[in-house]
Amino acid sequence: MIDVFLALGLLIAATILLSLYRAVLGPGVFNQVAAVNVIGTKVIVLLVAVGYIFDRPMFVDISLLYAILNFIATLVMSKYLERGEICSA
Amino acid sequence: MFSIINIIATILIAGGAFFMVTGVLGLLRFPDFYTRLHATGKCDTLGEVLVIVGCMVYQGWSFITIKLFFLMFFIFLANPVGTHAIMKAAYLTGLKPWKKGEERR
Amino acid sequence: MTRSKEHNVGLMLAVFVVLYVFWLLMSACINPLNGHFSPVHIIAGIICAGIVTLLSHDLLITEEGEMTLAKTFRLIAYIPWELWQIFLANFDVAYRVLHPKMPIDPRIIEFDTTLRSDLALTTLANSITLTPGTITIDIDPGKGRFLVHAIAKKPADALLVDKTMINKVAYVYMEEA
Repeated sequence: MIDVFLALGLLIAATILLSLYRAVLGPGVFNQVAAVNVIGTKVIVLLVAVGYIFDRPMFVDISLLYAILNFIATLVMSKYLERGEICSA
Repeated sequence: MFSIINIIATILIAGGAFFMVTGVLGLLRFPDFYTRLHATGKCDTLGEVLVIVGCMVYQGWSFITIKLFFLMFFIFLANPVGTHAIMKAAYLTGLKPWKKGEERR
Repeated sequence: MTRSKEHNVGLMLAVFVVLYVFWLLMSACINPLNGHFSPVHIIAGIICAGIVTLLSHDLLITEEGEMTLAKTFRLIAYIPWELWQIFLANFDVAYRVLHPKMPIDPRIIEFDTTLRSDLALTTLANSITLTPGTITIDIDPGKGRFLVHAIAKKPADALLVDKTMINKVAYVYMEEA
């Protein structure tokens, strides 16, 4: 079963490399933000897979934290791009 | 090693991986920002949820299963909201949607 | 918003219980599977959940509606249909991505609903985003007006003409469609 998780991890790493193209070159800042969001959500699953490969279940906790951080980062970036400021007084 | 549980988990994980690859291909192939979000917002959500359900089936009953369930729930709620937030920001700043027959950008 | 003090204490207690159960599940400090039991984590959980409850007890449960139980059951009955729609949406997008000619014809549509409550609008917006070929862009909560980006003509018509999803969400939250 470790082989399955190893293949999954390699596949996710390949998709992250592919979406890095949009994150670096994508025309316009919104394409970059969307690509960064995609990479973040893929890293969540990659962390779960890595946890199973090394037989360390606590990687699931890290991926939960990472999910919350990625969500907040996406929301803050889109609010900043929409209004030009993060907190409006 | 080839028990029923492992086979079900492998099938679920393979399906999730297929949808994740499809989402990234859509991110690269579609012509503009809004259509790219169609690919990522849907395919990524279901792909990741399928992979996590496969991990839950493989794990069986334990506390890690509960954590994985919370992770799945959170992805289900957070991914559409994140997509919606980026899309609203792009629309309000005046990014024009691509129409059929135009050049890709 | 004025509330009696008694009710406020009950609300705080409910929030505390939810947070503490979440803490116990996440820290796994009472684990009958391997006989693990750690008092330090349990006491730390009481302190942390208490502080969070004192600071933000009015954020978790904000509005009290009537017939919450019936709405919850209807929401649970709504979820399998929604999951099936998500499957269809993914095959739809996969077909459009992998097709060599990419059969897409994007457009922006606008429609009004009679839904008003925040929860119903949020559910409908998330459902629209996850179902075939449509993504919510913006909502006007006062008028119940939705701005939706559709990837082709057929999903747009499904939302404008059929209104299956809008009727289902209105049924779940007991509002008129």
